[in-house]
Amino acid sequence: MTEPTAKQIKDSKLYQQWGLSESEYDLISEKILKRLPNYTETGLYSVMWSEHCSYKNSKKVLRKMPNKSSRVLAGPGEDAGILDIGDGQAVVFKAESHNHPSAVEPYQGAATGVGGIIRDIFSMGAQPIALMNSLKFGPLDNGKTKHLVDEVVAGIGGYGNCIGLPTVGGEVSFEDCYENNPLVNAMCVGLLNKTDFKHGTASGNGNLIVYVGAKTGRDGIHGATFASDEFTDTKNKQRSAVQVGNPFIEKLLMDACVEIIDQHPDWVLGIQDMGAAGLVSSTAEMASKAGSGLVLNLDNVPQRETEMSAYEMMLSESQERMVLCIKPEFETEVLDFFKHFELDAVVIGHVTEDKQYKIYHQNKLVTDIPVDSLTEMVPEYDRSEVAPARIKADKDYHFMPVINSLSDTWLDMLQQPNIASKKHFYQTYDSQVRANTLVRPGSDAGVVRIRGTKKAIAMTNDSNSKYVYLNPFVGGQIAVMEAARNIVASGGLPIGLTDCLNYGNPENPEVFFELDKSVEGIASACEKLDTPVISGNVSLYNEYNDEAIYPSPMVGMVGLIENYDNVTTIAFKEAGDLIYLIGETADDFNGSEIQMLQEKQIKGDLRTLDLDQEKRHQELVLKAIQQGLITSAHDISEGGLAVALSEASFEKELGFEIKTDLTSTQLFSETQSRFIVTVKTSDKDKFESLGSEMHLLGQVIAEPEFKVTTKDDSVVIDAKKAAKNWKEAITCLMK
Amino acid sequence: MKFAVVNFPGSNCDMDLFYAIRDGIKQEVELVDYRQTSLAGFDGVLIPGGFSYGDYLRSGAIAVHAPIISEIIRFADEGKIVLGICNGFQILTELHLLPGALIRNEKGRFICETVTLQVENTDTPFTNQYQLGEQMRIPVAHGEGRYFCDDKTLQELKENKQIAFKYTENINGSVDRIAGVTNKQKNVLGMMPHPERAIEDILGSDDGLKLFQSIINYQVRVNN
Repeated sequence: MTEPTAKQIKDSKLYQQWGLSESEYDLISEKILKRLPNYTETGLYSVMWSEHCSYKNSKKVLRKMPNKSSRVLAGPGEDAGILDIGDGQAVVFKAESHNHPSAVEPYQGAATGVGGIIRDIFSMGAQPIALMNSLKFGPLDNGKTKHLVDEVVAGIGGYGNCIGLPTVGGEVSFEDCYENNPLVNAMCVGLLNKTDFKHGTASGNGNLIVYVGAKTGRDGIHGATFASDEFTDTKNKQRSAVQVGNPFIEKLLMDACVEIIDQHPDWVLGIQDMGAAGLVSSTAEMASKAGSGLVLNLDNVPQRETEMSAYEMMLSESQERMVLCIKPEFETEVLDFFKHFELDAVVIGHVTEDKQYKIYHQNKLVTDIPVDSLTEMVPEYDRSEVAPARIKADKDYHFMPVINSLSDTWLDMLQQPNIASKKHFYQTYDSQVRANTLVRPGSDAGVVRIRGTKKAIAMTNDSNSKYVYLNPFVGGQIAVMEAARNIVASGGLPIGLTDCLNYGNPENPEVFFELDKSVEGIASACEKLDTPVISGNVSLYNEYNDEAIYPSPMVGMVGLIENYDNVTTIAFKEAGDLIYLIGETADDFNGSEIQMLQEKQIKGDLRTLDLDQEKRHQELVLKAIQQGLITSAHDISEGGLAVALSEASFEKELGFEIKTDLTSTQLFSETQSRFIVTVKTSDKDKFESLGSEMHLLGQVIAEPEFKVTTKDDSVVIDAKKAAKNWKEAITCLMK
Repeated sequence: MKFAVVNFPGSNCDMDLFYAIRDGIKQEVELVDYRQTSLAGFDGVLIPGGFSYGDYLRSGAIAVHAPIISEIIRFADEGKIVLGICNGFQILTELHLLPGALIRNEKGRFICETVTLQVENTDTPFTNQYQLGEQMRIPVAHGEGRYFCDDKTLQELKENKQIAFKYTENINGSVDRIAGVTNKQKNVLGMMPHPERAIEDILGSDDGLKLFQSIINYQVRVNN
């Protein structure tokens, strides 16, 4: 194929197919280059200026999020953020979405999502220690969705299990809006010796650029552009834009990179993963950050296919590749080091002082552009926003459930797909490899100890897009606070978070409103808790035939547990322990699971969240845990108190007996800022002296029964039947 | 005792096994690269779990061509301790140092779960610290862990008391609920469950500790 000339590209407006607008193209040709960009150059601009790489639509909004605290060693802008946890150690984490690829090729889409986020962690010099994921699909009522779910789960497991990192938690939920646009968000957490921290930069005239890892093929070309576009019935088969993963190569690559940085810190000046927009993105960012230029020779790039053009090589998103910047005097040592790991490693270029990005292919200069024009000169858009019509229209709608039989509703709730046990999925993930996992999936947060210390790291992924849909600001606050409650209930102090911001088309003012207001909500909650947002990603254009998904910010929070003796799980431990409810309960049914169950829709506004009260409750629980007074703790979320109590009883097949002034319907209310905790009878006074927010509900009993007396009813529910509903619902639906 | 943990490309439980020996039973242990050609100086060799060579072609199928393999065979032939866990078990059956094969789980899915094993023979270097019929909680994590052998082999396994552990509940469709088998001489054990993940209470179980202690106990008797 002969490539179109610069003139032909301009005349045919080929750049528009690649996602560049006319005004962006004009900016490049008239202001930046003062000439027409050639085929390769146009390709580079189109991926680097995509929303996925440039955040041009969301940057203004993202700046609203706090990214500083006394622990932050690196924040947004690096491959992943870093938080100091003392004793010379730090945690490194990030979450990333792989929604579009997973919709088209679910196994590889999900697998490479996991692979990509792992590389973001070890490119910082950190040893990855755990994985999590957050998945959203359409309802499990058709073969297509079940296949999608099966393949995504298999892809996540296939990659994580093979590379040998434990998947310690996550979430799976189902709503109509994700039917044709599933969300696949993956998070990786790593542990870093502070002295090993490597920036992703390429500095120092004459230093060498080394390519390490898998060979480059034609897979994933324009993946970033593809991820910045919508799906429609006619436009959903861009399979060639999906990458193919090889976790075996990544295992070698991970071990090699972690070891070279730890053992030979003087050899490596900078390191970066080749993720979205592959070679161009990684190298351009490294040079731009350092204020340098680069010369690359593509003839040296290891290639899997023949006759690849410069355009194809630069835009390929082939997986399991890294870029290093090294000192020339260590060239032999570095190349030999990777050879020992049986990895391809070659010098593909060097650092220059002129701030130009120059690419040679077959002895021809095919690109010569200012490096900053790929990264720093992208136009930022200030999109207009307007509150969605539904928000105004439904402002005064208050849903009240009708409960004819408390036991029937209770049992029914437990088998709702969003509430039922997700073990069917997570038992296919190795959650224990590396032998550090203290709390496996199924509790509020996953917990991994730091070998050789008393410390442990708690982590959770949370989102409830229904709340964000009804009230973006409060929904954003809830996402952060629910994550924090999960960390606290596990015995951890929340120290920071990462996020995946999954939304529809930002050019739609209603969607932009959802993005902007929910980020403001997230920011206000983060400020209250002093938990900075240290990394994350944005996934826009999640639409199918112009229907946007619910605004779906996913929060991946990390907590520090100073002493693993304080690790707490949701499970009731012993009959006789007292059960307390922490927090007040009101009629909060808008956006709740019981509204979905009874009305088959979500509608109405959310109550304003009292951030001070929320924080007080979290502090109370953490304090009680640290004083050794708590035998189990569980955040109250979807399905309310009834579901929380049930979940706590299942693991050890215990029952409970409670008496409360709440009405039967209020057992399903989703009022925020609440926990249930259990306390030994002998610790009753000590616990109650810690505050006034706790309400004694009753106690754990040995008989497998839920004995419940409310303001208006009294029932006994068979715990075994409840457990069966909860445990088997998903397996049943997946058949 | 001094143990070798063989590290193949793609092994991922090598460090777990290393720590189980170093911290769990406080013995000497070294990682040995698959390109090495000697295990001189070691008393026992441990083959860890993971996905050697990505499990491409077939679990364990490529690992058997690594340089270190001849030494593992020598250890087995000389009656020295050889233990293969998970992928290590798959490698040992590929080498025919153990009978049978590991195939895809009955339900086709990967299973990660802590399961109950029953000790079937205490007269081996790996089980002498357990009681006959003793139940132990040990994690499994595998997609191809379904033990398979023909009837004749099963008969021989029974006659020679080669079945070391059975699942109390058949999680993966294994023949006769078999979770671990030894060779006839009992110095080679392969098992799908991960005892190295069950050596500390805080990780959920320390029932795997006695397996490693059994090896020490056996070696002390041999040396005396």
